[in-house]
Amino acid sequence: MKLSLTVNGSERSVEVPPLKRLLDVLREDLQLTGTKEGCGEGECGACSVVLDGQLVNACLVPACQTAQAQVITIEGLPAPGGQSGALQRAFVECGAAQCGICTPGMVIAAQCFLQTGQAADERAVREALAGNLCRCTGYQKIIDAVQRAAQEQVE
Amino acid sequence: MDGNGVPTTAAVGRSPARLDGAEKVSGRALYLDDIRFEGQLWGRTVRSNVAHGLIKELRFDPAYDWTGITRVTARDIPGDNVIHLIEDDQPCLAERMVRHCEEPIALIAANDRERLDEALQHVRVEIEPLEPVLDPLRSPRDFKKFLIERNVEGLANAFANAHRVVEGTYVVRHQEQMYIEPNAVCATPRDDGGVTLHGSMQCPYYVHRALQRLLRVDESRIAVIQTVTGGGFGGKEEYPSMIACHAALLARKAGLPVKMVYRRDEDIAATTKRHPAVVKHRTAVARDGALLGCEIEIVMDGGAYCTLSPVVASRGVLHAGGAYRWPACRIQARVVATNTPPNGAFRGFGVPQTIFAMETHMEKIAAELGMDPFELRRKNAYLLGDETPTGQKLKWSVAAQEVLEAAAARSQYAQKRARFAQQKSGRKRRGIGLSLALHGAGFTGGGEVKLKSRAGVELTPRGARVLSISTDIGQGTITIFAQMAAEALGISIDDVEVALPDSSRMPDSGPTVASRTCMVVGGTIAKAAEEMARILRAYAAALHQVSEKEVTCRGGVFYVGRRALASFGQVAEAYLREHRALQLIEQYAQPPGIEWDEQSYRGDAYVCFAWSGTAVEVAVDLDTGEVQVERVVQACDIGKAIHPILCEGQVEGGVVQALGYALLEELVFKDGRPQNTRMQNYVIPTSLDAPRIESILIENPYPHGPHGAKGLGELPMDGPAPAVAAAILNATGVLVPELPITPDRLLHLLEVGR
Repeated sequence: MKLSLTVNGSERSVEVPPLKRLLDVLREDLQLTGTKEGCGEGECGACSVVLDGQLVNACLVPACQTAQAQVITIEGLPAPGGQSGALQRAFVECGAAQCGICTPGMVIAAQCFLQTGQAADERAVREALAGNLCRCTGYQKIIDAVQRAAQEQVE
Repeated sequence: MDGNGVPTTAAVGRSPARLDGAEKVSGRALYLDDIRFEGQLWGRTVRSNVAHGLIKELRFDPAYDWTGITRVTARDIPGDNVIHLIEDDQPCLAERMVRHCEEPIALIAANDRERLDEALQHVRVEIEPLEPVLDPLRSPRDFKKFLIERNVEGLANAFANAHRVVEGTYVVRHQEQMYIEPNAVCATPRDDGGVTLHGSMQCPYYVHRALQRLLRVDESRIAVIQTVTGGGFGGKEEYPSMIACHAALLARKAGLPVKMVYRRDEDIAATTKRHPAVVKHRTAVARDGALLGCEIEIVMDGGAYCTLSPVVASRGVLHAGGAYRWPACRIQARVVATNTPPNGAFRGFGVPQTIFAMETHMEKIAAELGMDPFELRRKNAYLLGDETPTGQKLKWSVAAQEVLEAAAARSQYAQKRARFAQQKSGRKRRGIGLSLALHGAGFTGGGEVKLKSRAGVELTPRGARVLSISTDIGQGTITIFAQMAAEALGISIDDVEVALPDSSRMPDSGPTVASRTCMVVGGTIAKAAEEMARILRAYAAALHQVSEKEVTCRGGVFYVGRRALASFGQVAEAYLREHRALQLIEQYAQPPGIEWDEQSYRGDAYVCFAWSGTAVEVAVDLDTGEVQVERVVQACDIGKAIHPILCEGQVEGGVVQALGYALLEELVFKDGRPQNTRMQNYVIPTSLDAPRIESILIENPYPHGPHGAKGLGELPMDGPAPAVAAAILNATGVLVPELPITPDRLLHLLEVGR
């Protein structure tokens, strides 16, 4: 099928099988390799992206469900040092990225949480990130980073 | 600034942003599967579906159209059909016999993954099953046996005169490393008959040597390049050699690059796990709690091939007596063959198994004596000058008591333990437990001498470039190397680059394993950088006609006394104009007086030990058997924290991985076949399972480590599991002698206890 969707603010159009995973559309057809594959079955969250405002695992979404959709991937977030790159900067400063393979998905999930405007108490942050597995950090520095970014957002 | 108004560099001991941080948080870091190789095919593996048997026929369905598909069998191997490691017993592709489920038999590659999956359905392997050995206790074959004895005459007396003899058997099972990036490599064939291999790995030279042996080419025809690696934990120590050999065979036959990226279920089922073990303790103890002697017997399950089992077992054996002085002891071990996938390296490397047994046994001894477990540990913990079971005299950096006391104090162990022991009602019971652990830094025994690790620095127009093959797998290797080089040279870490690990260009600094990278390789780099600093000071002094003795470099500027002479860059550029290059490669040298005898297993097993005290607080639901870990305090003596945030990251991550080992994680086998090979049924801790972890970094410098640093990577993994068992004992009165402590195991023992 011819798939038209908006990725990180740009309109994109690709020819893909309708059941191709959004993850593969992003990584192979659009060369956006920041979205990672850890398990291929929606457990690890390494492929987290925002689809029409919802946090989803791109490995579980078929291309045909994304026609005309708005998708945001890690490449669509501001780079560290950018005006609203506070979250990614906090990840670096707090030591929240170690091997880094879960990091793009973690950043996307954290960004979704911050946008809800909920109070970033530790329990809320842990719940918001419970769908994203990390094997390196024990999560603590990731939570610290999200709380630091939330604090800066308030200020 | 120092008192004279001269800037200080002090790169070491601070926590600058990790060098690869910006790339990783932006998604720009390129892992193997993110890289496109021109004309690349995808490869997959045909595997055994039985645990033991004779291969009768390997058949590529003649009715199927194989056009465009590359097929490889053992007959395509130009060199030796082995994966080169300790023993060359593991074939690259099984030819006549399979010895475990998932054993590789053949390989196929195609340019389309769906086609590849389809083709895989048309490969038939007929295997005549043989009786498998699945119970390690009944294995007829040892990969290696160990015996450590100390004061044998005294041992009999110790048991004869003991106030109590306490016995216990402890059981631990398979744990999966579960790095989030699965194993992945890409082999590109070269015109000279060799290959260039990119991949996710810990040890590029292991892969380099395995390829040389398999392809029968000289070392110059192979280049192994580490790509950004999404976690290893030991799981990418030896297995990448297997996948690299597979990809290389396909690539040579196809004449095109071949990428192999394991699916999660394949990665869990086929690659190495933590060795299961059964550990028996028999301990003679005095009325006052003094440990008089012990007999320890260990059986570890090595799986079907030797891989690293002898060294895993060796480290387990050498740590089996824990951090306690034993006037007399006998420690015996066997690591045996079974028809299950080979077990291998995993953070802790045999120690989490034997420390779980030792520390859980200490709880049992304390209970039998009616003694406080903290007091029992404190009374027997090593002090400076004590001797280990191998006769190693602990001559520096001993902090067993200090870490134990720090963990107990911060966690309010004494008060809480007394309070929790009083709870007699309610469905949820709380408990607190302690453990004490030690971890030898660097390779065991003479390993570091044999490795002859080489690493160094070269001058760049701005600063320096670090040269080593040591890999950053998330722990922060490149950042601490840059810090240590910057510190020695008196420049900013922004002016230090770390070269890409490439076995065709970089010196062999040894494998990235054994908590050795900071202490051994970092120390070697620091030494090379200090020599470079000396050469440049002399050069700057000559250039400016001042006395060399008065020249220093700090904050990227050369000074004579307090007067600035020139920037580092100016001196470097002048030096490079005149001499073209300045490269310094050092070889690691063992400190003087370290002796080890491999035959008798006597002497200095490690140059030094790192120490950890762990306190864990749990809430146990008596109706469901669920255990929630509410708090963990871990105090670690690591000599020196080169980068405190990275160190805390090692502690926090290691603790949570160990909590998974304690409570959740077990790869279950049925007839030799792994059952729970998905993240859905092999569960690791999430952010909701992980508690807040309070790490306390203690710095008792090791005099021969860089800035006093010892090893850290594995230490945090060793202590939490027994501390969880101790906390559950405090909460419920039940001591669980096996891992993982799943709700069904705990409920069963609670039932029996009633």
